[in-house]
Amino acid sequence: MATGTESPRQRGGVHTGTRAAITAPHLRTDRWWLAPACTAAGLLAFVVYSTWRAFANADYYAAPYVSPFYSPCLAENCHAMRAGPNADLFGGWWGISPAIIILVFPLGFRLTCYYYRKAYYRAFWASPPACAVAEPHRSYTGESRFPLILQNVHRYFFYAALLVAGVLTYDTVLAFRDQHYRWGHMGLGTLVFLANIVLIWAYTLSCHSCRHIVGGKLKHFSKHPLRYRAWQFVGALNARHMQLAWASLLSVALADLYVYLVASGVFDDPRFF
Amino acid sequence: MSGYEARFKVWRGDAGGGGLEDFTVEVNDGEVVLDIVHRLQATQAPDLAVRWNCKAGKCGSCSAEINGRPRLMCMTRMSVFDRAETITITPLRAFPVIRDLVTDVGFNYDKAREVPAFVPPDGLGPGEYRMFQEDVNRSQEFRKCIECFLCQDTCHVVRDHEENKRAFAGPRFLMRVAELDMHPLDAAAGAGLDRGRAAQDEHGLGYCNITKCCTEVCPEGIKITDNALIPLKERAVDRKYDPLVWLGSKIRRRSGA
Amino acid sequence: MAAVERQQWDVVVVGAGGAGLRAAIEARERGARTAVICKSLFGKAHTVMAEGGIAAAMANANENDTWQVHFRDTMRGGKFLNQWRMAELHAREAPERVWELETWGALFDRTADGRISQRNFGGHEYPRLAHVGDRTGLELIRTLQQKIVALQQEDHRATGDYESRLKVFQECTVTRVLKDGERVSGVFGYERETGRFLVLQAPSVILATGGIGKSFKVTSNSWEYTGDGHALALLAGAPLVNMEFVQFHPTGMVWPPSVKGILVTESVRGDGGVLRNSEGKRFMFDYVPDVFKDKYAESEEEADRWYADPDHNRRPPELLPRDEVARAINAEVKAGRGSPHGGVFLDVSTRMPAEVVRRRLPSMYHQFKELADVDITAEPMEVGPTCHYVMGGVAVDSDTAAARGVPGLYAAGEVAGGMHGSNRLGGNSLSDLLVFGRRAGRYAAEYAHGLADRRPPVDEAQVDTAAAEALRPFTAGAADESAAGAGGSVGAGGEAGPPENPYTLHQELQQTMNDLVGIIRREGEMEQALRGLAELRVRARRAGVEGHRQFNPGWHLALDLRNMLLVSECVARAALERTESRGGHTREDHPAMDRAWRNVNLLCSLADPTGGLAAADPARAQIRLARERTEPIRPDLLALFEKEELVKYLAEEELYE
Repeated sequence: MATGTESPRQRGGVHTGTRAAITAPHLRTDRWWLAPACTAAGLLAFVVYSTWRAFANADYYAAPYVSPFYSPCLAENCHAMRAGPNADLFGGWWGISPAIIILVFPLGFRLTCYYYRKAYYRAFWASPPACAVAEPHRSYTGESRFPLILQNVHRYFFYAALLVAGVLTYDTVLAFRDQHYRWGHMGLGTLVFLANIVLIWAYTLSCHSCRHIVGGKLKHFSKHPLRYRAWQFVGALNARHMQLAWASLLSVALADLYVYLVASGVFDDPRFF
Repeated sequence: MSGYEARFKVWRGDAGGGGLEDFTVEVNDGEVVLDIVHRLQATQAPDLAVRWNCKAGKCGSCSAEINGRPRLMCMTRMSVFDRAETITITPLRAFPVIRDLVTDVGFNYDKAREVPAFVPPDGLGPGEYRMFQEDVNRSQEFRKCIECFLCQDTCHVVRDHEENKRAFAGPRFLMRVAELDMHPLDAAAGAGLDRGRAAQDEHGLGYCNITKCCTEVCPEGIKITDNALIPLKERAVDRKYDPLVWLGSKIRRRSGA
Repeated sequence: MAAVERQQWDVVVVGAGGAGLRAAIEARERGARTAVICKSLFGKAHTVMAEGGIAAAMANANENDTWQVHFRDTMRGGKFLNQWRMAELHAREAPERVWELETWGALFDRTADGRISQRNFGGHEYPRLAHVGDRTGLELIRTLQQKIVALQQEDHRATGDYESRLKVFQECTVTRVLKDGERVSGVFGYERETGRFLVLQAPSVILATGGIGKSFKVTSNSWEYTGDGHALALLAGAPLVNMEFVQFHPTGMVWPPSVKGILVTESVRGDGGVLRNSEGKRFMFDYVPDVFKDKYAESEEEADRWYADPDHNRRPPELLPRDEVARAINAEVKAGRGSPHGGVFLDVSTRMPAEVVRRRLPSMYHQFKELADVDITAEPMEVGPTCHYVMGGVAVDSDTAAARGVPGLYAAGEVAGGMHGSNRLGGNSLSDLLVFGRRAGRYAAEYAHGLADRRPPVDEAQVDTAAAEALRPFTAGAADESAAGAGGSVGAGGEAGPPENPYTLHQELQQTMNDLVGIIRREGEMEQALRGLAELRVRARRAGVEGHRQFNPGWHLALDLRNMLLVSECVARAALERTESRGGHTREDHPAMDRAWRNVNLLCSLADPTGGLAAADPARAQIRLARERTEPIRPDLLALFEKEELVKYLAEEELYE
């Protein structure tokens, strides 16, 4: 995307010779840096936490709950979960944490998500740091060539994210068992999982690719009344894509944390019935 | 509430150079920044160059940067500022300056010409067009655009990279492509023009990294990024990158052969 | 003399609003090489301010609507002073002009069956206004702008040059129409950006410069509306007709002061908004004039039923023609029943759910929210009359839009007079632009084509004079007689005195017109106004500017002052002459409509036939008035009205002709 950083003598961008001669790279007086700083802090916190948890390869199952970071669990070294999301597709050669296999998909989905792109382009790449604040890069080609042209694979990840959300839904259903696998029970963890899966679906369905696929690509809504309504529904969700992105990021981390705390014996899952 | 004296810094100069000049001006209840500029003209700087027309946020002429943010001067009320604050007004910083607050926005008119016009459908005469409200809603949103060019000004693709002006149409004109592509009766496809593909290949859609500043500054509140640019990107994906669509077209081609 | 850039064109269109662009499209499509001169940037013209819609009898919303009904409404609205042939052409051709916009990409709001939706408006018997929310003017200008670009793309494919056959000169102002004898030979103007002069030689010139509102203090018009086209026509020797008729739109914003005058669209009332005074009374029921008595509801209940069932109820009196509503508001305020800031209340908040208000009146919602901090979904607006439109203008031939007496000069849109009589109905302006813009373009192109290579040459002396006139503000106050010399009649000693600030002069002019030739007029005040104008005229000769010619607003205003002063004098003189009240002309000393004036046009022309300005001598008028009898209305058109109705308007002898 960009190379080099700004030097005081640089004459590009807002300092191009034909433009109004103003020395300051920007004249904003508000706290424009606050939003990208918060974004960066939030995303960094999640990256640190999720890296630790993903590589830990431990404390991710406390019957009946499986951490969303480890579901579905696709290697032989997975914790055996009764009726749980085990599918040993990779066999015994996979030595490290099985979370790595599956996390690629939600990670890819979020990494190529139109909202997260905005967030990290601004917060980490300062491209731009905020509106009308000069960016520090000498050249810019955006998503017009490799590697960022790969952002266009967002739709593949959306399809994958649907599958993952399906599995997490299954996990949530399983959470209506007790620790002895008897059905018809609920604990605090069940609520955590329910909240998480609702947010995961809301975030996944509010995706811009989803909005396009369900109806946005049509030229004549009037000829497809059902898809039009679906598009309107997704559109209403889509308007909150940013909020849902953060909420589901937090909820997935909390669901994992909850499983960790129960699995590592910090406390027992409070059971309602 | 009564009048007070406010301090302003206004950029004055031309292509040869210039700088921020200090002014102290009277401000009255309910006034907007453009009123202050007019008072400056009438009392202190009769040759202060500024563009304006309707003074009601409908024509998009009085675009400038106020405290570093691209805004319409006629729609920026003085009451949003602290009375003690010094308010800085500069011309748009993405375009060549002509004089004072007036810039050369010719870039935008050049780009407008590069977007192929509406293609009327064959076989439908005037008065025979039938379109449904749900089908025109999307394009109507984009047609609310008053062409103030604030989005073009704030977009870092050209604001911070003069060299990209050649390849990048800017949010306003990518939105125009989206508007035509979503027009229920546009017959471009029949005439061999693929607007979705052209957005990427000709108008530089790939340069957009959807950082949404265009949406943030739009005085009409048009959701440029969510409703025009991202759908366009998705349309480009349809044409070029979607595995299912690609497979589908392969199969259709084969069975057709 | 100053360096002047010269170009040759077939048709030059002065003005790039709806009429100008439509004319340019027509002229170019008929093969004329066409230049459009645009005072602002391309696409910013005042047309974008039009909100309500385009009136055209397409009968989409009510199948009973026909051009005859539209014609009838237009004539009633104009109190039968309309140039009836224009009203006829307008009503007949408007639907085609609207449909044509769709083929150029316009997207109007739709009916349930996919046709163009039409809304109610004051004075229109049926829902007739094609619209896009409340931003119809923007849609119109953008569509025409994009059609122009489409034609330029065509030319680019054919010739490699976008501007080979159709060029827009942005930010240029024309200060003189050049002539060869009687005939038009081109225009002289300047480029704002550089201050350079420009001569476009052309056998046909179309004036499409809009109105004169900037001569008034409270106005909905933008800075461009300085009556340029009116003045250019006068100076070129073409008369103006019925300049006393100035429409005060009943609903402009009244607060805060800096936005006073900004328009509040009539759609607010068309969609159900009602007017109330400080006592909460819907006062319009008290102001239905006799000529309209049987067409408007007498009770609030009936008026409210009309929105749902227009066939069996009469319309609410809020939808009377604009002149009636404006006068009523004025009277209420005067009687002490106004709102806190000197207007009346216009309320939609109690009539429609908030969500409906936001959907149907998005830009009004936005405008009040942003500019006045008023949420129109929760509280009423405060509104009062604002100078909006001039019905008078260049006297033109109804069919060809040709100005009288000056071959090659055409006028269309607001700058042309006659079409709207004494009062324009809402929605008839946008259709007027399209219908007569197209006609002007067509006949201007044909005229240019007919001349072939016998093009009138440009007279160098006129160019020099125009350049000197344009440069005068830079040497104002100096005893440099060589800088003076516009026209022939510069009085000796007229230049003496200190330079005047053009902004101050402009403010004084606006105040004079607003106070003395405003919505309600009195003989003594208008005489006072004429004296004031004469004095301002003398001072305006000394309007001086600082700085240089590059984008210098002070200079531009100094040059516009000439036009505003000329036009203001026309308005004041004609208003003084017409001793009756009709449409947009209300005399307190002659409060009734007088049938004897029905068939009288007042023509303004320059007092000095050589085109000079009697500027230096305040005693001398610049404008001469003449009365003229209008052509009798064609019998088949007259037959569209009931006899009882005609009796109210027409003089005895007209009825029995």
